[in-house]
Amino acid sequence: MEREAGVSQPFDIEARLKAALAPIEPPEELALRMESRLGTLVELAADEFEAWELSAMRDPRNWPRAAIRPAAAVVVGVGAGAGLVVLRTRRRRHKRRAQSHNALDLAERTLRDVAREALRVFEDAAPKR
Amino acid sequence: MATDAERAAGEDAAQKRRLDEDFSKLYKAHLRDVYSYSYYRVGNHHDAEDLTEQTFLQAYRHFERAQRESQGRPLRPWLIRIAHNLAANYYRDRSRRPQTAIDDAGPLAATHTTESLVQDRDDLKRILECVQQLPDDRREALIMRFALGMDNREIARALGRTDGATKVLLHRAIRQLEELVKKAEAGGA
Repeated sequence: MEREAGVSQPFDIEARLKAALAPIEPPEELALRMESRLGTLVELAADEFEAWELSAMRDPRNWPRAAIRPAAAVVVGVGAGAGLVVLRTRRRRHKRRAQSHNALDLAERTLRDVAREALRVFEDAAPKR
Repeated sequence: MATDAERAAGEDAAQKRRLDEDFSKLYKAHLRDVYSYSYYRVGNHHDAEDLTEQTFLQAYRHFERAQRESQGRPLRPWLIRIAHNLAANYYRDRSRRPQTAIDDAGPLAATHTTESLVQDRDDLKRILECVQQLPDDRREALIMRFALGMDNREIARALGRTDGATKVLLHRAIRQLEELVKKAEAGGA
């Protein structure tokens, strides 16, 4: 050990002190017990975290966080499907105008196209059975 | 895509893991220090084990804050300060002090295996008995210095004193011990 100012050593009391106060190795059982206990604490902390998440879901204030992902998925999915129907229906607008006899006939043909395209999009999106 | 709340939870979990790893390193590095300090404070293995366990459990509870506030400084003084406070409670709660320097023959035989340092068993026992006669703060400073090899600054942090006051404390502790040992040797001769 480095000698520091303020600590002198008449009749080498420091060497004797150092010998008398030798570091003590802890018993092996203590080390094992401590490691096991600390391991348990770490696991408990992890369990507590999970339990908190579950209990947090019982609190209505946390529902938006849990619900936002599926809700967003539904909104995005519906939006994309509607967009596809509109796009496909618009592609056929010139053909419909050419085939229509009057405005009412054009409206009926447009509605039929919308319904047909919506059905196609729905069938494409639905899981295959 | 993960929400902000999920990202925050993930970061919390990662931080917790890092904290546990750091604590594990601290524990492995200083188990012997805490045990040695505890043993020389309470004078027997049974209570030293108890004190060591309590020290690390308490340290675990406050580790995050200690690490944050240490700003990279070693945490050993903080750990020893916990043991120091628990030892003080131990005496206060049970109204007891170690009856002798070392309560049985076990510790001397088990710990002083470095033959070159050992002069003789009686000499070591006499020194330890004299250490036990010192006032608490002087005895603790000597234990930290000689059993744990802490420097003045570390001891100062552990005892909540200034570096200067710690230097004086150590100096006086050694002087007083020297007198006690001389007296004991004169009486025993």
